[in-house]
Amino acid sequence: MIGLAHYLTVAAILFTIGVLGIFLNRRNVILMLMAIELILLAVNINLVAFSAYLGDLTGQVMAMFVLTVAAAEAAIGLAILVIFFRRRGSIAVDDANRMHG
Amino acid sequence: MIAILAFYLFATLTIASAVAVIFARNPVHSVLWLIVAFFNAAGLMLLLGAEFVAMLVVIVYVGAVAVLFLFVVMMLDIDFAALRTGFTRNLPFGIIVALVLLAEIVIAVSAWKAGPAISGRAIPAASQPNIVALGQLLYSRYLLPFELAGLILLVAMIGAIVLTHRQRRDSRNQNVSRQIARRPQDAVKTMQPGVGEGVKL
Repeated sequence: MIGLAHYLTVAAILFTIGVLGIFLNRRNVILMLMAIELILLAVNINLVAFSAYLGDLTGQVMAMFVLTVAAAEAAIGLAILVIFFRRRGSIAVDDANRMHG
Repeated sequence: MIAILAFYLFATLTIASAVAVIFARNPVHSVLWLIVAFFNAAGLMLLLGAEFVAMLVVIVYVGAVAVLFLFVVMMLDIDFAALRTGFTRNLPFGIIVALVLLAEIVIAVSAWKAGPAISGRAIPAASQPNIVALGQLLYSRYLLPFELAGLILLVAMIGAIVLTHRQRRDSRNQNVSRQIARRPQDAVKTMQPGVGEGVKL
């Protein structure tokens, strides 16, 4: 039978892959943003799993709010990325410390 | 039986496509794998009985976020090969760190005894449809957070527009007031050029 621990394990693996993605693609901001989306997806799976097994819908409401924040974060992050690229002609994060004012 | 099969299918595909997101050489492929991961995660949520959140994941993540990523990846002319330097150098250490993190989380999950009432129990049957229950909760108890979520989206939308909007100098825009204020006596000139001469402007 599929229990709560199965879902938690899947979410844990997904979370770890997201962290690994941030760690490995330290120069590529787009992939970092995608890895953050993976992490938030793992959080959502956790929230929904707990909500389902507890029989309490609050977790699903929270998952919706996480989804909202994830969408807003992606929009703002990509907008910053676009203007950063327009200024510098590259998206390497190493150059970001040259952003003064 | 079919539920167990479906769980393992969705779980395996979610994790495999997440790995492909991280390791794909082409960022367009990364975005496409991300879409696969989102779809399978939505499948997992369907198995949990959270239909509304599952559909929301498909609509918001696949329909909006992934398409936004695809737009940006294809719009910006980026040398992605140069951005991968240090990838293989970081790989062994990164995998060690990730394995340690994963082991910690899995140990924490398996040692988790805080809620013995729900460990090893099946999903309780819902008394009313998921969407109905969620809507009643959202529009009564969580009304203020719900409105605030809408406000966050509005701020994000305006912020993204303000950030990326720019006045281009080289574009020729229509000047409406100047166009309307134009009178025929200013714009049209009648001339009588002599024979063999051109018109001097």
